[in-house]
Amino acid sequence: MATRRAAVVGGNRIPFARSNGPYSHASNQDMLTAALDGLAARFGLQGERLGEVVAGAVLKHSRDFNLTRECVLGSSLSPSTPAYDVQQACGTGLEAAILVANKIALGQIESGVAGGTDTTSDAPIAVNEDLRAVLLEANRAKSLGGRLKALTGLRPTQLVPAIPANLEPRTGLSMGEHQAITGAEWGIGREAQDELAAASHQHLAAAYDRGFFDDLVTPYLGLTRDQNLRADSTTEKLAKLSPAFGKSLGDQATMTAGNSTPLSDGASTVLLASDEWAAAHKLPVLAHFVDAETAAVDYVHGDRKADGLLMAPIYAVPRLLERNKLSLQDFDFYEIHEAFASTVLTTLAAWEDDEFCRERLGLPGALGPIDRSKLNVNGSSLAAGHPFAATGGRIVASLAKQLHERGSGRGLISICAAGGQGVVAILEA
Amino acid sequence: MSDRYLSLVNSPVGSAVASRVGLPRPAVLRRYEPGAPLLPGPVLLGATPGKTTAALKKTVTATGAEVVDGPSETAKYGALIFDARAVATPADLAGFQSFFAGTLRQLMPCGRVLVLGRAADGVDVTVDASRQALDGIVRSLAKELQRGSTANLLLVEDEASLPSALRFFLSGKAAYVDGQPIRLEAGTAPAPKDWDKPLAGKTALVTGAARGIGAAIAGVLARDGAHVIAADLAAAGEALAKVANRIGGTTLHLDVASPDAPEKLLTHLSAHTDGLDVLIHNAGITRDKLLANMKPDHWASVIAVNLESQLRINAALLDSDQLREQSRVVCLSSTTGFSGNRGQTNYGATKAGVIGLVRASAPAFAAHGNSTINAIAPGFIDTEMTAKMPLATREVARRLSSLQQAGLPIDVAEAAAWLSSPGAGGVNGQVLRVCGQNLVGA
Repeated sequence: MATRRAAVVGGNRIPFARSNGPYSHASNQDMLTAALDGLAARFGLQGERLGEVVAGAVLKHSRDFNLTRECVLGSSLSPSTPAYDVQQACGTGLEAAILVANKIALGQIESGVAGGTDTTSDAPIAVNEDLRAVLLEANRAKSLGGRLKALTGLRPTQLVPAIPANLEPRTGLSMGEHQAITGAEWGIGREAQDELAAASHQHLAAAYDRGFFDDLVTPYLGLTRDQNLRADSTTEKLAKLSPAFGKSLGDQATMTAGNSTPLSDGASTVLLASDEWAAAHKLPVLAHFVDAETAAVDYVHGDRKADGLLMAPIYAVPRLLERNKLSLQDFDFYEIHEAFASTVLTTLAAWEDDEFCRERLGLPGALGPIDRSKLNVNGSSLAAGHPFAATGGRIVASLAKQLHERGSGRGLISICAAGGQGVVAILEA
Repeated sequence: MSDRYLSLVNSPVGSAVASRVGLPRPAVLRRYEPGAPLLPGPVLLGATPGKTTAALKKTVTATGAEVVDGPSETAKYGALIFDARAVATPADLAGFQSFFAGTLRQLMPCGRVLVLGRAADGVDVTVDASRQALDGIVRSLAKELQRGSTANLLLVEDEASLPSALRFFLSGKAAYVDGQPIRLEAGTAPAPKDWDKPLAGKTALVTGAARGIGAAIAGVLARDGAHVIAADLAAAGEALAKVANRIGGTTLHLDVASPDAPEKLLTHLSAHTDGLDVLIHNAGITRDKLLANMKPDHWASVIAVNLESQLRINAALLDSDQLREQSRVVCLSSTTGFSGNRGQTNYGATKAGVIGLVRASAPAFAAHGNSTINAIAPGFIDTEMTAKMPLATREVARRLSSLQQAGLPIDVAEAAAWLSSPGAGGVNGQVLRVCGQNLVGA
């Protein structure tokens, strides 16, 4: 069966906010609906039946079992647009885009929206596990006596709710602690991390100033730019911050609040379509979706240096390159998600490491260095913030526009995710 | 901002009190509703000198209005249309007295008086004096009319735009246009396939569309069939998206005052449209200060947004392949542009400047496939801006017009939509005031 390349028509996101900031009282549904409505307004999609809307959230309330569909119903899109949720930790947004692009490539749909939303402010707080067990037992009981007997299991301690924690269930370590270990194994220094973080802020601020985000972002609840952005950020200022992760490493601790992403709230969307659909709707094509790959590492039992929690993209990219007969240097832009500055630097270090590339990636030698001037040219998550599921949509839309502005070229997206996973993709214009 | 006084004097008790005490009694104006009749009652035609022509009766009838023959003492009229185009001597003006003396009392609430005349042309002094007299008659009559009725003067040099002008001025669309002259000249003014959708198939762009008058204009252009690109600052994007989604349009984040605005606009048009048919220069700001206290940036920003942006965007469009033939440009001026306003030297400069701009640009737009450019000068319009005025100032300002009330954003929008319509092709380089015949200014 013949396939075709899905076109990236454009995107829309709301500015990302810091946790417990301006979006404190906005739910995932509110934010994703706002992002969808902004997209509909930008491209005139009111009442339009799209092939599919695919999105998700990492931190999700149980009531949001049909989150994306509810957002579609609350938006100006046609209510006859189907939708479904996906969830792949921080890879959610990019995975959603891959799913939509693949259906377009197969000719199953002509248009679709991929997106993601997350809030760490309006986070789900669940009933205590013990209390839940008692209540369910009482519910199962067939008689009044049985119910009362089950309820005798109630204890005051069960009033303490279950609050979601940013921890890997199998290691009990936070993502930051994991990366602190990985970074130390790879010898990633503090100064290099602060330089990367400062560049992210400076690039993002410059992009806003030149109007790059005028057709990518729609203000929300009074916020017009990403709240985390510090246009005047410098390596010197960042150098003054104390370590936030890896304190067990003592003097070796390098990861601060400045070179790590903050907890954030936000939502993003990307409009994908066939070339024919875009032309029929008099909409521009910014770039095409070429290919994608996912990978996972055994961060639980694996090697401390080679199987770090956030290292899966390092494994995904060479597989993607081989399938597309490309080298790591064949790109005009690299969008490597800045979960932590240390993650990006680990990724680049691993690809430059001859031994690692031969032994763990099965390559004849190192993938080699990249031209750092092509990395995250309009800023990335360290400056913009990182509402988990919303990051993929932010990157796909921004990269597509960068490629369109350049006129032609190729871009690589790399996103690490909890659970030792990685999602990577190639766009071309 | 609702007008509580207007509601009060239109209640049974309030009306009785206001009438006994002699307070102003503004009427609830008749505004356009799709599908509603053009007028609340029939049209009576009159003429001086001589009799009304069959041709005029035919043109008026074609609007859907009922035209009745001859005055009847018991009849009520929705509109009185008086053909004074043949007026050549002061003696001819006596016809006004004989026609209107009896019939004015039979005009229904929110009725219309339309006088058809000719513009003075400098050929004959007696003729010109007599023609100019029409202006004084209509402006005075507009001040005499009550209960929401209006009087306006159509200076008909060419009948191409007469059908469209009649539909606008007789309908509720012109509710807040009062005591105004407008010239109907030769031009390309095709009748639309559907008079309810005169802008079907057209692409329109409205700047400053996120709120107030701009949002109302975007809504009316969309109602009339246009695909509307709603443009505003990126910072206003949230409200702008709501406007676009409400009217089925699209958004464009554009700072009209930025140096690259014309280029960004042209790029957007070429990527997203088949060219622009209608452009509404609505974006505007105020930075009020007495001239003695004016800061340089307050001066510069008002000039840049309200005037320079229009000049630069117009020049870029005329120079591009993105402005279609028979296009329409409407620029927002203000009655401040005529009358001036304390604390608004900068704003007044731009609003008077816009008047100069449309007058001087008219030939260039006519040369561009019979396109037109006109300005609208709103008077006191109830918006978020006026809602912030002190209560007493606002109440006084509201009553300072023949209609004794503020206009609504929709009134400006209806005028913009008429000037944007194909049928208004004979109107070029003019300024239409939407001010309820504001007592201030020309």
